Amino acid sequence: MSDIQYKVIVGLEIHVQLCTKSKMFCGCAVEFGEVANSRVCPVCLGMPGVLPVMNKQALEYSVLAAMALNCKIAEFTKWDRKSYYYPDLPKNYQISQYDLPFSSDGFIEIPLEDSRTKRIRIIRAHLEEDAGKNLHTAGNFSQVDLNRTGTPLLEIVTEPDMNSPVEVRALAVELQRIVRYLGVSEADMQKGHMRFEPNINLAITKDDKEHKTPIVEVKNLNSFRALERSVEYEIHRQLDEFMETGRAMEMGNKTTRGWDAEREETVLQREKEEAHDYRYFPEPDLVPVKFAQQWLDEIKGQMCELPLSKQVHYVSEYGLSDYDASVLTAERSTAEFFEKVVGAGGDAKRLCNWVTQDGLRLANEKGCSVSELGITPEKVAELTRMIVSGDISSTAARTVSGIMITSADLSPREIAEKHNLIQKSDAGELEAIIDEVLAENAKAVEDVKSGGKKSKKARGFLLGQVMQKSKGRANPKVVSEILDKRL
Amino acid sequence: MEELSARQLREAIAKGQITSTEATKAVFDAIEKYDGAIGAYISTFEEQALARAVEVDKKIAAGEPVGQLGGVPVAVKDNMCTTFGATTCASKILEDFHAPYNATAVGKLIAADAVIVGKTNMDEFAMGSSTENSGLKQTVNPWDTSRVPGGSSGGSAAAVASRLCIAALGSDTGGSIRQPASFCGVVGLKPTYGRVSRYGLVAFGSSLDQIGPVTRTVEDCALMLNVIAGHDSADSTSVDENQAPVCDYLEKLDEPVKGLKIGVVPEFAKGADPEVQKAINEALEVYKSLGAEIIEIEMPHLDYAISAYYVIATAEASSNLARYDGVHYGHRTENPKDYIEVYSKSRAEGFGQEAKRRIMLGTYALSSGYYDAYYLKALKVRNLIRDDFTQAFEKCGCVAMPVSPTTAFKIGEKIADPLQMYLSDIYTISANLAGIPGISIPCGFDGNNLPIGLQILGPAFGEDKLLRTARMYEAKIQWHKKKPSLIE
Repeated sequence: MSDIQYKVIVGLEIHVQLCTKSKMFCGCAVEFGEVANSRVCPVCLGMPGVLPVMNKQALEYSVLAAMALNCKIAEFTKWDRKSYYYPDLPKNYQISQYDLPFSSDGFIEIPLEDSRTKRIRIIRAHLEEDAGKNLHTAGNFSQVDLNRTGTPLLEIVTEPDMNSPVEVRALAVELQRIVRYLGVSEADMQKGHMRFEPNINLAITKDDKEHKTPIVEVKNLNSFRALERSVEYEIHRQLDEFMETGRAMEMGNKTTRGWDAEREETVLQREKEEAHDYRYFPEPDLVPVKFAQQWLDEIKGQMCELPLSKQVHYVSEYGLSDYDASVLTAERSTAEFFEKVVGAGGDAKRLCNWVTQDGLRLANEKGCSVSELGITPEKVAELTRMIVSGDISSTAARTVSGIMITSADLSPREIAEKHNLIQKSDAGELEAIIDEVLAENAKAVEDVKSGGKKSKKARGFLLGQVMQKSKGRANPKVVSEILDKRL
Repeated sequence: MEELSARQLREAIAKGQITSTEATKAVFDAIEKYDGAIGAYISTFEEQALARAVEVDKKIAAGEPVGQLGGVPVAVKDNMCTTFGATTCASKILEDFHAPYNATAVGKLIAADAVIVGKTNMDEFAMGSSTENSGLKQTVNPWDTSRVPGGSSGGSAAAVASRLCIAALGSDTGGSIRQPASFCGVVGLKPTYGRVSRYGLVAFGSSLDQIGPVTRTVEDCALMLNVIAGHDSADSTSVDENQAPVCDYLEKLDEPVKGLKIGVVPEFAKGADPEVQKAINEALEVYKSLGAEIIEIEMPHLDYAISAYYVIATAEASSNLARYDGVHYGHRTENPKDYIEVYSKSRAEGFGQEAKRRIMLGTYALSSGYYDAYYLKALKVRNLIRDDFTQAFEKCGCVAMPVSPTTAFKIGEKIADPLQMYLSDIYTISANLAGIPGISIPCGFDGNNLPIGLQILGPAFGEDKLLRTARMYEAKIQWHKKKPSLIE
């Protein structure tokens, strides 16, 4: 094994369900989990005589997403019929895009460890309709649910530019973040809004010669975990297989495998790439589209700063950690709220702490976004200033935050005052308490002064006594300073 | 009553000279009397039609306005979806299919207060030129019952010719309105592609299909077009009316076209029977006498139209007919072994010979490795034919030629030789490839007393002028007033 090196090569096909209200070619609602075949009409059922009508929103979302992926938008695009027979496909052809996708030649930057990023090229992104679902739960026959039929999907195909399971996962997560930022997809994995199909093989260097293993496509993965684990599994499996058989990639020996989530392994589905002939031809029921520059400009106007760009500039501009920056940028509303908070003034790191800790915790409890808590950025800034100035402890600030949600008309200071949470920082007042405590605890004072083993513990004890006497409202920093002077 | 045109009948009903109920009853009497021999209808709706007629009569009695077809009994080809009755496409695979919606054109007939009496026979999925490919029944030509009525809208043409309805809708993918109109001695119009909504028309060749009227007079053609034309948001290929406005086709119908120049392609027309050529030439003489100028033009690519057409139409058909698989609706085989057998056996049992032949041709043409040589090349030919017409219409206002090289042929004469059958579409299919409108009007009879049709083709969305051109001729002749011997 020692003379063997290998490089992992992975390309991804990703289907992203767009969050349009209605389906791609008819007025049926796009809804998840409804009663089977309740969200259908003659058009999506593929009844005789029906015709598709393009959902403009789907096209706008697709173009916006493609722009975010730095793709070239074609001047002219059309749709094609992709023919294959399957019971979940009522027309027995899928309306897709073949030789003239609406976008191509883009790239996506993905975040890696240590603030590094990597550029993954995108071959194309096109818009197509989803099929229904075959259900094999009822004994000797299968059932078909066509609620999903005709849902708009954005299919994104990358170059095989990913070289590790971590990179594959990073791309998937980044893509999720982007489409959510743009508001073009809910990208909810549980609802199957993102489905991944990695194409994986290895370039193995053995005895100074490079051998490529046959490409394996793993079908229909719908979680980040399954995606990452299936790539990991394939790396080992292909390595083992190559060692055993020496089989290398050649024309037509690409195989298709499925993912067994329980056993965490890939399972062979199709040995040889079947000579699938989809008989693509231009969809005569839809007119080709020429994008007007004005329309494209309008869509471009909806573009926002993308998450990775935000993340990078939070680190460089505000000195936040990569982790904090990634938490802030996980969702667009959080990032935008953070930016408003920073705009309201204050120390970015502390403001970040409030957003990522108190803010997100409260939002999570309430089941809303940080910006929907009813706490204005100005209030967050004020609360943070109060912590910095010592007017309030971090613990008390948390209490204030909780109260702010229900007391929209009160400022943080008013809340702190109303609930007796303002810290005592007045030296004169605190000195009186400290004197009392020192007088009552001569033994501990002695221990501190002796500087022995017990010194640190005794000092902590005295501090605690002061805090208790002040009912928790003494500013520990000031108390500590006075104690230092006295002892 | 049965000699009244749709427009005349509508006026008579509106004026209370005759009720819609009386007119509808008369039509059903005729159906009762003759349709056993002719076989024009796949289904009729007597009860429903009479109820409709009563409604229209009530409206009129109450002084309420009625639509452009108020109370007029009409028929619809059985490839247009209707919520009443079955929509079979004359195929066993859809024999029991009941559509959950009305085709836009059908909805427009109903909105215009027409009384729909029944659905007419056709070649299965509109694939054919004789209605012999119907999977359900045979329709005969009312002028000679041993002959075909033409196709695929043979039922509509035979019904109109034998007064089993006042007007009908047909569909035309490669001549399916014009050729049966010609064979049955009636008027048939294929509108410009995009003029009439295809929503609810069961697709055969999506880029070629167009719904149009079959009537006894040019005027009725204009009336029917008034009712069915227009943009439909449910059909992306129906044309925006800002781009190509729909007009009132009746308004100036009787105004002759001034300075009319009619293009002819002598070389091309030579392929027709001498009797057909003679009738066409005589019609052109009539036009000359009306002041029209006849000019010879060249259309070098028309010879390739049939080859291109049978690639494009079958390619689209192979895909359009894929949905009839026994899974969701329509015929399903008994006791299939697995789902593959649901497909293969349901389709094998449900489709007739011609449908199968075309599905196979089209599938082959679209297969990888053949696509460029067939489908792509056919599209190129299609563009050349389009260019031929564009250039022709720079020189002349319309082009005249026969509808069909022959008059109605004998039942069974060509059925064993599909290629021979395909060749009979030579004059009609180029209009579908070019997307332009074409009309067929009676222009005489051959030695067997069989009707001959004159075809006039016009530029896209030039239906108004095309109808006026046809009307100029019709006003001078009596051919269309002759009745088939069967009903005399």
